[in-house]
Formats: sequence, C-alpha cells, structure tokens
Amino acid sequence: MITDLLSTTVLIGILASGVRLATPYLYAAIGETFSQKSGVLNLGVEGQMLIGCFAAFYVALTTGNLWLGLLVAILVGALMGLAMAFVTVNLHAQQGISGIGFYLFGLGMSELLFQRLMGTVETVRGFPKIEIPVLIGIPFIGEILFNQNILVYGAYLLVPLAWFILNKTTLGLKISSVGENPDAADSLGVSVARVRYFTITLGGVLSSVAGASLSIALLNVFQQNMTSGLGFIAVALVYFGAWRPFGVLAGALLFSMVNSLQLWVQVLNIPIPSDIAVMMPYVLTILVLVATVSRVRAPSALTRPFEREE
Amino acid sequence: MTESKKLPSGQPRIESVEMRGITKRFPGVLASDHVDFDVKSGEVHALLGENGAGKSTLMKILYGLYHPDEGRILLNGSPVTIASPKDAINLGIGMIHQHFMLVPTLTVAENVALGLPSSLGFLTDLDRVAKRIIELANIYGLKVDPSAYVWQLSVGQQQRVEIIKALYRGAALLILDEPTAVLTPQEVDEFFTIMRQMMKDGYALIFISHKLHEVVEISNRVTVLRNGKKIGTRPTSETTKQDLANWMVGRDVDFAPDRGNVELGEVRLQLRNISCASDRGTLGLSEINLEIHSGEILGIAGVSGNGQRELAETIAGLRKKTSGQILLEGRDVTHYAPGDLTDRMLSYIPEERMRDGMIREFTVAENLILREHHKRLFSTNGFLKLKDISTHADNLISQFHVKTPSRETLAKNLSGGNIQKIVLAREISRNPRVIIAAQPTRGLDIGATEYVREQLLDQRKRGAAVLLISEDLDEILALSDRVAVLYEGRVMDILPRREATREKLGLLMAGVHPEEAATVVN
Repeated sequence: MITDLLSTTVLIGILASGVRLATPYLYAAIGETFSQKSGVLNLGVEGQMLIGCFAAFYVALTTGNLWLGLLVAILVGALMGLAMAFVTVNLHAQQGISGIGFYLFGLGMSELLFQRLMGTVETVRGFPKIEIPVLIGIPFIGEILFNQNILVYGAYLLVPLAWFILNKTTLGLKISSVGENPDAADSLGVSVARVRYFTITLGGVLSSVAGASLSIALLNVFQQNMTSGLGFIAVALVYFGAWRPFGVLAGALLFSMVNSLQLWVQVLNIPIPSDIAVMMPYVLTILVLVATVSRVRAPSALTRPFEREE
Repeated sequence: MTESKKLPSGQPRIESVEMRGITKRFPGVLASDHVDFDVKSGEVHALLGENGAGKSTLMKILYGLYHPDEGRILLNGSPVTIASPKDAINLGIGMIHQHFMLVPTLTVAENVALGLPSSLGFLTDLDRVAKRIIELANIYGLKVDPSAYVWQLSVGQQQRVEIIKALYRGAALLILDEPTAVLTPQEVDEFFTIMRQMMKDGYALIFISHKLHEVVEISNRVTVLRNGKKIGTRPTSETTKQDLANWMVGRDVDFAPDRGNVELGEVRLQLRNISCASDRGTLGLSEINLEIHSGEILGIAGVSGNGQRELAETIAGLRKKTSGQILLEGRDVTHYAPGDLTDRMLSYIPEERMRDGMIREFTVAENLILREHHKRLFSTNGFLKLKDISTHADNLISQFHVKTPSRETLAKNLSGGNIQKIVLAREISRNPRVIIAAQPTRGLDIGATEYVREQLLDQRKRGAAVLLISEDLDEILALSDRVAVLYEGRVMDILPRREATREKLGLLMAGVHPEEAATVVN
C-alpha cells in the first residue's frame, strides 16, 4: 500500500495539491514579510485571515459573486490592517501583545458573525480551475502547475512581485531602511509612520485574501476557527524564509507538500495513525525552525516602536 | 551666481548662517538660553561644551529636528524656517550624526539613494547614484565602493559614506557631531585633511567636540556653551586648551592628575593564552597574555570593536573561554562564575553602565548593594537589613558626591555622570583586589571624567590592580603604567608608559608594528 504512493497518478495528485495548499501560506506570509521588513511583527495574521475567510465566503454565498466576495475580503483586510497600524504606529503598542489581541478579535468576531448570519455550515462553488493553454500540455508538470484556480496563480505571481518591490524599487529601499534603522530613515526625510502604515495595511489585505483563498477557492466552506493555526505558521515561514519572498516560497511549499502527503496517506488508508500523520507538518515546522534559527538575522528594528526623541 | 561662488560639487555656497537668540525649553530645563551662533563659508567653527551644555540642542534646531521656542535663523542674511530635516537638506545644510545614520544591511549606494526621488520613477536608479558617488568621492579623496555593504566597512569608511550622503544631497554647510570620537589617531588626521580641503573650497563647517586638542588644531573660531548659555566666541588662535577647559567647566580643571609614585606589588591578575568567541561567533580574543600587578594600571588601547568588550567580559566571568587560563592572585579562576569572582574581590565597571552596571528601575540604595546584597553586611537569612542598607547608601552618596534627590530615587532619573558614580561607589568601596574598568568615562562630562580618573588613581595608590579599557588615548596616556594595544582580538604589543607615544599607539591600533612602519618609510 505504501507503494501506492509511488504511482504516477498519486504522485501528481500529491504534488498538485501541495502546490494548491501553499496558497494561503503564501498570501499571509508574503504580507507578513512586508510588515516585518519594516520592523513590525504582526501576530494578528490568524485573526485577519479568519475575518477575510468569513467575509469572502458570506458575500459569495449571499450574492453568488466570488469576485465581490474577494473584494470585500480585501476591504475588510485593509480595515483590519489600518487598525493594527494605528495601534502599532500611533499608540506604540507592544507588538507581540497587540497581535494576540487581534488574533482573538478575529477568532471571536468570525465565529459570532457565523453564528448570527449563517448558523450552519454551507458550501459555495469556489473559483474554478483554469487550464493554461499550451503549458498544460507539458507532461507531468503541466498537470501539477497549470491546472489551478485564479487565486493559486495569484499567490505564485505575488512571490516575484514582492521580491521585485523589496529589491528593485525606492519603496523597497524605504521599507528595509525603516525596519533596520528607522532613525537613519527619518533623518533622510523618509516617513517611518507612513511606510509602516503601508506595510501593515498591505499585510492585513494579504492575510484577508489568504483567508478568502481557503473559503472561496480551496475548501469552499466556512467553519469556526477554520484556519486552525495556519496564520501562525505563516509568521513562522517568514523567519524560515529569512525575510525573502523566495525563501518564504520554499518554506510554504515544503510545508504544504508534507501536508498534502499526509492527506494522501489518509486517503489511501496507509496504516499510519491519522493523528501522527496530521502532526507531521507541525513537527516539521518546529524542526525546521530550530535548524534554521541561528543562520538568519531579523530586521534590527523588528518590534521596536519608533519615536523621534525630543 | 558666479562660478567662484560655487562649490566643487556644483552647489552654491552658503555664505553665512546666523542663529540669533535661540531659546529652547524642555520640561524643567532651559536647554538653550538666547544663544547666538554663526558660521561662514570657508571656516571651521567649533562648538564646545560639556554634556547637557546645549550643543546638540542647538544643532538639532539648525537641522530641523527640534523647533526653537524663540529666536530666528538667517541664511545668507535672510530669515528661513527649518521645520524638518528635509527643509534643512533643501537649504544645503547637512549633518553627520555622532551615531551614524546608516542602514548596515544596505549598500553604500542604497544608503545614499534612500529617501531621494529616483530618475526612474518608482524603480531605484542605483547605477546612476553610484556614478555620482564616485564623482563626489574623487573630488575629496573619499574613497569608497558604492556597491559595498555598509556592515562590511570600517568605522572610518562609514563616516566617509555619511559625508558623501550629505554632499550628494547638495550640502554646503556640514554639522559634524563629534566626528572623531570613533576614529584612530591616523583616521583623525585623514579626516582633518578632508576638512581642511572642504574649508578651502568654501564649505561652512561646524565641528562639535569635547576633545580640546582637536578643537585647537582644526578650528578657526570656537564657541563655548555651558548650561544652555553661550559663554563666548573667540578666534581659536587667541585661546589655549587650558582656557577653553576652564570656560567649559566654569572652574580650573586639572588635566594631568598627580599619579604619584607607587611601588609595584605582586602579580594580581594573570591571563594565559585566553581565547574566546565574539557575539557573532567569530574569534573574539586570540591567545591573550597579560599580567597586572598590585599598584598598577594597565591600559588597554584600541579602536572600538577589536576585542575590548570580550576581554572585559571574559575576565568578569560573563563570557565563555574557548581556551586558556585566568589566575587571580595565583588561584585558577578560569571557570568561576561572576558571584565567585565577587567573593575573590574582583570588581567590574562595565562598559554599558546603563545596561550591565545597574538596574534602571531600582533605587540608588538598591543599586548600591547589587553586588553584595546577600552578604551578612546587608541581609540575614534572606531578609534584607533595610536600616543598614540605608546607612550604607547615605554614606556612599556623600563619600562619592552623588547628586541625587534621595537614596530612594530611581537610577534611571539620574544623569550619566551620577550613575557612573554609583557604579564606582559600589565597585570600589569594597576595596577590591582587582578592578576591571571598561570605558569608565565614556560619555561623561569633564567634571565627572576628572572624578572617575582620580578614583582609579586612588585605587592604584591603595594597591589594587586596575585593568583600564578605554578608547580615549588621552585617558590611557594619563592613567596607565603600561599600555597594551588590542587589534582584532590580539595584543599587538605592550609598551611601558614612557615609550607609549600617540604615534606608536596609533599605528598599533591600526594593526601595524612601528618597526614595520619604519622599515616601509625608510
């Protein structure tokens, strides 16, 4: 039965769902990369995801319009981001603590809205798969990479885009400098507050989209606490990826592939206790983080509020 | 505007800047009290004063970081408002901060380009920036590689990047905030050469310093501030170091404290082939051999970051040794914890006095018993003897002239000088056998510096063995009986005091043996 895993169909299945499952991690972790690069640790990702997850699902369910659902998720994410930015930048909150607050807020709020507005678990028809012409024809790879839905493609396009913004634009330069030495940035007329407002809000939007990708593109349902820690793993992936978008991509893929493998292990009835199988990705996260923690260096001003001394 | 009025960088000169009647109040403090200050094109105007005299406040006002409560600023005769650093930059005013305003993880070109509009819109135009950097660098001999990362550069090179950054933004007036504090004597010479060239070319330069010999060497005029007030402005040629010092402090200052003759006693502390790692995991110290006698001050000279901190922490039991042996009065204490070293009467005055020397949120009295609070002196069976602790605090406060409202004042509310006096009182009053003093006067004003130095000399007279780590060569030369020079974690050489000249030490600090240097010259 273990040998079932090695057949081509199953292998393609594992890899294709691995690619797909990386989607929410990518959105959330790329968003978190932006905010951490600018010196802000946003631990509220999970909460922002849950709100986005619900908002997108509920709008899609009631209007039947997936795009409208996505748009609302983006708006709600932006609002959550702005709130986080206000607390962090203007009120100089302890970021670890305020992040937990935002997580609990998102958790409770999404559950409350779910109870009040829906009450029972329903499903929607999510974004359909789109075959990319020509590329789908590539044997093996085509089926894995080029038969996915629009939000999956979006997540993978986000990676080079984020890399480009962080490394090749004046905005990227400002973000890095604000995260490494806000005093220097300030002395050169860069507004630390404005840059952080931008990155935290962007982080909120992307976290919310990550949530939406779960509820209207991948699983197409909404349940209470549906993200189940995924947002926290996204934060860990930023460390794993050493604050580089492609590093984050590698981490997200590693994690989602193991996750996909464990799903297939269960599907194929391979005699490994399912609890152990489900545990695998998490154990892996811990091991990988322990192994990589010493080689990376966080942005120097991470979690440090900025205030011009006077 | 004629060509002759332009600077070599192509920017127009600033003929003059005048600050008139500048007043700035902070809660409870008059930081600047109707101060007049001016600087002209083609001169170096030194601004001299103790900590808290108002030098930085005045310059931060000129650079737009603070806003004055009263007074005005005239640029080339017409009034200007400087509301932010951006305004200052647009007017041609640049500032080189004492703590460099650089982002270590970015390249030189990226640091220079930061915050400026790019010719490519939202994309960076680093190639163009790099070209201009090289142009500017060539005019002033500020050799630097635009594609190098800032963390790879030496402190001297980083300073050049700061200057280039200001020139790139069209600065015609430079405020130099203690620019020499972090340089070796040779680097200071190079820096002064650049300053003289810029002066000739028509830049206006403001030089903030508390090193008197440098002020005398480089400036045309000097203004002294004390307690927020201007004491006076004079042509430098009409003053002496001693005059300036007395002006700054408001009383006569004794520069060369009496060392007296002290008989060398037995060896108190011995380091044999000590090696350890630095915080980054690289080699911090390599095969250090030192010994210090009773009644001796051994000075450790070197440019910051060459193993000074590692040396102090290794001896104080705060850092793991990778090899070697430390003997305290003949006893092997290599693996002693700090508490055991306390019992063997070793005292430690740490470099970061606010971080390692005391607890900010504790009172003066509590800070004074940190090292020996568990001894019978201050506690019985785990209960603190509050009365004895209070008496102890009161005694030390008066004995060490600590200026504090009471023994119950929190340490964080005291000035740097008084905090150091508390650390000193705690460490010295127990009559230690060995004292490790790391940068004991860094950041202190002349008065407090004088006091700390006298105390260390008293300890020497009493027979303690003192290891003095300092980046201030004047201090090393004023106090030490012998001078060891640290370079990249090694002891380059140990010189007796009479052979330790500024030149020799400077070469050693740069990693060059004087004999080698001599053969190269010949």
